[in-house]
Formats: sequence, C-alpha cells, structure tokens
Amino acid sequence: MSPTTGTRSRTDYSGGLSRVVRHPLFWPLVALAVLLLANTVYSPDFLAISVLDGHLFGAPIDILRNSAPLLLVALGMTLVIATRGIDLSVGATVAIAGAVSLSFIASSPNPGAVSTVLVAMGIALLLCLFLGVWNGLLVSVVGIQPIIATLILMTAGRGIAMLITEGQITTVTSAPFKTLGSGFWLGLPVAALVALGVYALVAALTRRTALGMLVESVGINPSASRLAGVKARTIVWTVFALSGLFSGLAGLILASNVMAADANNAGLFIELDAILAVVIGGTSLQGGKFSLSGTLVGVFIITTLTLTVTIVGVSPLVTPLFKAVVVIAVTLLQSPVVREKLAARSRRRAARPEEVAA
Amino acid sequence: MAIVTPEKTPTGERTASRSHEKGPRMTAMVRRLHVDRRYLPVLGTFVVLALILVIGGVRYDNFLSPGVLANLFINNSFLIVLAVGMTFVILTGGIDLSVGAVLALSAVSAASLLQSGVPVLVVLPLVVLVGSVIGLLIGIMVHVFEVQPFIATLAGMFFARGLCFVIAPESIPISDETFVAIASWDTWIAGQWRMTTSVVVALVVVALAFYLLHYTQFGRTVYAIGGGEQSARLMGLPVARTKVLVYVISGTCAGLGGLLFAMYSRSGYSLTGVAMELDAIAAVVIGGTILTGGTGFVLGSVLGVLVLGLIQTVITFEGTLSSWWTKIFIGALLLVFVVLQRVLAARRT
Repeated sequence: MSPTTGTRSRTDYSGGLSRVVRHPLFWPLVALAVLLLANTVYSPDFLAISVLDGHLFGAPIDILRNSAPLLLVALGMTLVIATRGIDLSVGATVAIAGAVSLSFIASSPNPGAVSTVLVAMGIALLLCLFLGVWNGLLVSVVGIQPIIATLILMTAGRGIAMLITEGQITTVTSAPFKTLGSGFWLGLPVAALVALGVYALVAALTRRTALGMLVESVGINPSASRLAGVKARTIVWTVFALSGLFSGLAGLILASNVMAADANNAGLFIELDAILAVVIGGTSLQGGKFSLSGTLVGVFIITTLTLTVTIVGVSPLVTPLFKAVVVIAVTLLQSPVVREKLAARSRRRAARPEEVAA
Repeated sequence: MAIVTPEKTPTGERTASRSHEKGPRMTAMVRRLHVDRRYLPVLGTFVVLALILVIGGVRYDNFLSPGVLANLFINNSFLIVLAVGMTFVILTGGIDLSVGAVLALSAVSAASLLQSGVPVLVVLPLVVLVGSVIGLLIGIMVHVFEVQPFIATLAGMFFARGLCFVIAPESIPISDETFVAIASWDTWIAGQWRMTTSVVVALVVVALAFYLLHYTQFGRTVYAIGGGEQSARLMGLPVARTKVLVYVISGTCAGLGGLLFAMYSRSGYSLTGVAMELDAIAAVVIGGTILTGGTGFVLGSVLGVLVLGLIQTVITFEGTLSSWWTKIFIGALLLVFVVLQRVLAARRT
C-alpha cells in the first residue's frame, strides 16, 4: 500500500506515536479495526475463513467481494476528485452498463456463449467510456462545473437505462456472465480480483509514473499547471473517461451478481457511497493530493458497515443512519478545527493553510 | 444590489465607447439590454415555460385549462418550497443534498405523531422544527468544522433517511380529522382556479423568501457570500451567522415541504422524496441560479419547478410516451440551460 500514499511527505514530525496518529490513514484504519472488532465480539467466528468446494468462504471474503463494485467506482471518483471535480453520474452509468449488457445477452440467440458475453461486455464498457468522455467534454472543453455537468447524466442516465430495458427488469441466464459477479478463481471471488487488479493498475500508473503528480497539480491549481505545460484539459478529460469506464465495469459486476438489469435500482446511491469512501480515505473534495490506499480503506469501511448492519440483524434500511455516524465522525476528526486542537502546533499550521486543507 | 456592480464595469465601458459611433439612443438601448443580462437566464426559463405551454396548448385539448395549470401548483407545492430553500443555499455557493431525506423524515414523523394521538397544533410546528434542527446541525458542520457542504449535507441526508426507517419502516396513513380537514381545504379563485392549503403555504414561502433575499440585509449578505466569501468577511458582513442560517432556512423549508407532502399524500412513508433533492437542484439551475453562487432569483426557481412540472404534464398528456422520458427531457433541459449560462458567463468576462 505504501507506494500509493500520496501524503507521506508530511513526516517531519518527531516522536513515533504522534507520527502514527498523524498519518492520514490512522483514523480511517481505526474505524475499520473498530468495526471488525465489534463484529468479532458479536460473532466470534466473524474473521474465520473456511474452504468450501475449493473456494474460500467467510465474512472477510464477502467483504472483499461486496467491495468490488464500490472500489471500482471509488477509484475513478478518487482521480476525478483529485482534479477538483466530482462525478455524480456513476450510479446512472452503472445502471446503463447493466442494462446494455443484459439486453444484448437477452436478445442474442445464444446467451450462454462466451463470445456473446464478451461482446456484450465490450459494448457496455465502450458505451460507458463514451459517457465518461461526454462528461469530460462538458467539464474540460465547455467549462461547466463538474457537479452540474455530471448531474445532467445522473438525471438523464437512469431514463436512458430504462429506455434500453423498456422499463422492464431484464433477467438472463448466462453462465459465463454470472462468473464475473459470483465466480471464483484460485479460491478468490472473480469480482474482487478484477477490482483489485484495476486498483493495482491505477496505483502503478499514478504512482510509478508522473501521471499521479500531474493529476494532483491540476487539482491544486489548474491555471498554474497549464502554464507550467501540463495538459490540464487532457488530464481532466482522461479522469472522467476512466471514471465512466470503471463505473461500467462496476455495473457489469453488479448486474452479474443478480443476473438482472434493474434500471431504477442498480447502483442507486453508489455515487454517494463512492464519494464517502474517497472522503473517509482522506482525499479532500477540494482536489489536489489523493490517496488510493485511503480510498481502499474507505471502501472496506463502508462495505463492512453494511455487512455489520445485516449481521447484527438491524433492518438494512437503517444502514444510512450508521453511515451518517461514520461520515460525521471521520469528517469531524479530519476537520481543520478539530485537528488543530488535537495538534498542539496550531500556530504553525495556521501559517500554512494549504497543508491544513490537505 | 451593490454586489453585482463590479461585474458590470467592463461591459459598461464598452457601451460607452460604442456610444461615440451610434449616438445616445443606441447607448440607452444597449444599457437597458445590459441591465437585463442579469435576468437573461430567468428570461430563458420563462421562454421555455411559454414554449411548453404553447406546444402543449396546440397539441392537446384542455391543456391550457385553468384546472391543469392549477394542478401544476397543487402537485408541485412541496417542490416549490424545497427549491426556495435550496436557492438560498446555492446562492451562497453551497449545496444541500439533505432536503429529500429531511422531507421524508418530516412527513414520517408527522404521520407517526398523529397516529399516536398528538394534537395537530403541536405536530405542525414540531415537524417543521425537525427540519430546522437538522439544517442547524448541517450549518454548524459546514461553518464551524469547515466540512464541505456536499459532504455535510450528504451526512444529513443519510442521517435523516436512516432515522425515517427507525421511526417507521412502513407507510403510515394519516386519518387525524383536523389534519385531513386542513389538507383538504381549498378555495376557488375566480371560480376556476383551485387553491389548496399547500399552494397557499408555498406561495407565502415564496413571498417571504423574495422579501428576505431582496429587501433585507440578510439577503444582501447571502448574495455577497456567493460573490466572494472572503470579500464579504472583509466588508464586515455577518458571514458566519448567514452561512449557518441558509442551511437552517433550507432545512426548515424541507421540514415544511414534508408537511405539505404529508398533506398531499395523506400518509408518511420513509421512501418518499428519494432523489427529490436532485429535482430541487435541477429546478434552481433551470431557474437561472448559478451554482457557484452570487447570481440568481428565487422567482426563477419557482419558474424552474413549473417547467419540471409542465414536462411531467406534457408526458402524461402524450400518453404513449413512457415515464422515463421525463428524466431524459429534464436532463436535456439542464444541459441546454447550463451551456446557456456558460455562454453568458463567458461573454461577460
């Protein structure tokens, strides 16, 4: 995880413990640990992993698998937020991806063939990439604020998804397509492998090349980075396109989980969960420095929370309340006011506002 | 509006230089047009509204009847109230995602309190107060703890929605006689135009908001914060108080909206108002308020709500068009308005 921690430069503090506490991922990790601990107290074999039919089974594996779509969406969101943007349309994109792929499979003569499934996925991903490009066009070329530019697709997108499924919930039976959401490979869920693979790819691309730094520079100051020769427009365009593509992939996984395309409910509120995961992970909505490992932790927190609520036996409908508590706790702990009080060096930090903002 | 004056200067100079060539009459006209520029987005909304009315009137019989238009207000009264509250927040450059969930919370608590026999006169102010309190908490989060409005109101949304399900997972019908009597009260203006309690409440809210925004110091501070928070602070305006207050106003409006929704549906259900915050934001944007804050009108937002309502009405009248076309049309309309605003903003600088 260490190569993806973008905020490691702030390690000029003395003292081992305060350095750990001050690490941007400290509070999110504490929250995740508390959640896992609470679960273990409630049901002692929560963290146990057993092998069944050659697959790994257990709550941690469930968390991994359930995290996959959210992780994909949140990865794209992290990059978009790092450039000072936001992508509200991911939920609609998720619905469109499911609708397109399943409608294609349902209308094809041979829904069980691998080739049909691959073509369906290809079409869906291409369309989602196009939707991302469309968002990017509105933001980077036309110059509309990201929140509004993506609100357009967020509103229209579900309508388009319903148009594709003609208002029905399309269901199909196709073994190869089912593999993506519920299959296992080497004992691990395919969905989780796909998501973690994309995560590793993005981490390598942003942290092993200059791409991550360019994204951050655009987020910190778009005009300055443009003057410095960074192609800000291309970068913004690319991150929105990637966000669309990743959401499409997430949509395929979600559709494959239930083998049905529900234009109304597929990926409902996933944009909010994704933004939440990014913020919990310590990436500021004001853009600039981003932390992919933070996003990963944020995603795990949200998925674990959802699973916890189910395990404890509270109605899943109450989940938002717990999410609210986590968001409020984490954002307040990260807020400059509280941090200043926690840290005894308020004077020095106030003199460097850009560090406080990160 | 003292705040808008600095933006005027560059174009003002241009009109002055042009007056050398074209004479004073032209200057007067250009200047008059220029004054209108602030109203241009609202004018655009008005044109769209008129266009839909004309197209609807030509295509369908009875479309332009007072009954249909009165129903437009009756069916959208709660959305008007939400959009008014949202206008305040957006004018300061913030956003409020919690309104849909707060509306549901208010409706559900009203239904559940009435069911347990609490008198109506206690319930009505209490559920509106629920909205105000959530708004206050959000405002404090935004201002004191410097949490971004998006995240703070998102937390408020999750909080209110979760609370709804804690109070009542199922729909609660409202059968309290006094409440039903208030909800079903109506009056006929000119014998044709039906006004219900909720329409009257919504219009009062609009009038109040108009007064607050355009005739009080508070309103000017709201515009000033949207124009530039730092400058507003340096001007000695009460930025902190105002920033918290706009969220209180939006929360109160959402609480009131919930009450109106409870009157409209005679029930409280936890899943009402899902994504209604988006409708409210869309109405505000279509009504010509710019999301970065500082420019916009509360009456524009009302027009925006009416445009959304009319699209719905047209699709109902069309009959063969499926309901999802509403979303696509609203999306397309948003796109047109946003691009229009962008073009206007680009010409100004």
